[in-house]
Amino acid sequence: MQHLLTIADLDREEAVRILDTAEEMARLTDRAIKKLPTLRGRTVVNLFFEDSTRTRTSFELAAKRLSADVINFSAKGSSVSKGESLKDTALTLEAMGADAIVVRHSASGAPHRLAHAGWVSARIVNAGDGTHAHPTQALLDAFTMRRHLGDLAGRRVVIVGDVLHSRVARSNVELLSLLGAQVTLVGPPTLLPVGVESWPCQVSYELDPALAKADAVTMLRVQHERMAASFFPSAREYARRYGLDSGRLRLLPDHAIVLHPGPMNRGMEITADVADSDRSVIVEQVGNGVLVRMAVLYLLLGGSGAAEEDR
Amino acid sequence: MSHAPRSGDSPHVLLSETDIARALTRIGHEILERNKGAGDVVLLGIPRRGVPLARRLAERIAAVESSVPVGSLDVTMYRDDLRMRPARALERTDIPADGVDDKVVVVVDDVLYSGRTVRAALTALDDIGRPRAVQLAVLVDRGHRELPIRADYVGKNVPTSRAEAVRVQLRETDDVDEVVLVREER
Repeated sequence: MQHLLTIADLDREEAVRILDTAEEMARLTDRAIKKLPTLRGRTVVNLFFEDSTRTRTSFELAAKRLSADVINFSAKGSSVSKGESLKDTALTLEAMGADAIVVRHSASGAPHRLAHAGWVSARIVNAGDGTHAHPTQALLDAFTMRRHLGDLAGRRVVIVGDVLHSRVARSNVELLSLLGAQVTLVGPPTLLPVGVESWPCQVSYELDPALAKADAVTMLRVQHERMAASFFPSAREYARRYGLDSGRLRLLPDHAIVLHPGPMNRGMEITADVADSDRSVIVEQVGNGVLVRMAVLYLLLGGSGAAEEDR
Repeated sequence: MSHAPRSGDSPHVLLSETDIARALTRIGHEILERNKGAGDVVLLGIPRRGVPLARRLAERIAAVESSVPVGSLDVTMYRDDLRMRPARALERTDIPADGVDDKVVVVVDDVLYSGRTVRAALTALDDIGRPRAVQLAVLVDRGHRELPIRADYVGKNVPTSRAEAVRVQLRETDDVDEVVLVREER
């Protein structure tokens, strides 16, 4: 594993290795001293062209837990807002000796460009690019599901909401199907992307029938900025048809869990009582995010080169 | 990473199944003798082969006195040669529930060679707690230390050359109990 740009770059073994490594990270950090010396002297740059306190903090904490030096480079108030190109930013970071660059960008493909244009020698981790991919979110979701459900092969996962604009949904479908789970996407036709029928999953416009057999349900965030663009008639109608409330929660099997990548719109895609119920693992996802990102940074930076094939 | 001797090697058996059993029985008794009982003893095996060895030692100690906590301590994250090799998969770290504070921790490994693994284990222990004492038990000490580290309990001291490899095979991991010395082909 040279970079982590999309789930599509991983084979099943690599994906499982990341999840297993995260499991060991959990054991290693479940104590008073949570810091490990492994990445001492390495520099991790968080390059965020889009605001995301949650993801950036998670990466920052993961890198710090591994003793790496962390630099946060956000577009706001930096040279980027003065019109610096991605290339010049990259060359600057290269000159500063970055060993890994965690990049969030509104343009799909920006991390790929950074990884393959030859500007930098650092490892690139995609922390979300446009509507393309968000691989560490998918990994932390799968990690959370695996902790509750065990092996995901044959498990049924329902992903609900704005699939069209969601890099999370895209990466989730890729990873879950790689791990052998059956994924069903549910949302209004206007929020399902063109070509979704070729994805390795099922698609439905109705939420209720999908819930009865689900082992896990992921509720996607309704992005307020899309509401004006008339993808659906009103917030209330969306909540009624696609929101997860306590009535729908009762349709789920007893062992099923509820996930949300955050930040939540309580009362929109998920009601407050569901978000706070014992079926909800949303807070746990945040903690697992740090573990999964530690695993990714360790596997990218911990050794001399690519992760060992087998031993 | 197969431990079966390859054709072309001339494997020389250092310890047979019975030799290993006797060595472990003796070490079990030595641990009890040195610490005047099993009271505060915690055994921590270093993956992979230190872990089954630690379990076997615990069985022997339990047979003579009382049972002692056993755990595993993966030192991968604390190694000093991480940058010289590709990133490795992590092994299980499993510290007994009562922790290591004020305990006598006996670190158990299969082969003592450069001492760097033990150094990593000592650093890892620092982050887990503060044992009253740390001791080291190994099945084979093959010499060539690169650090000021020695074992408290040794199954067998074997003078080796650096061109040789000591292959420890255990029932739990390799289906057979045997320690052999092989010439490495380079």
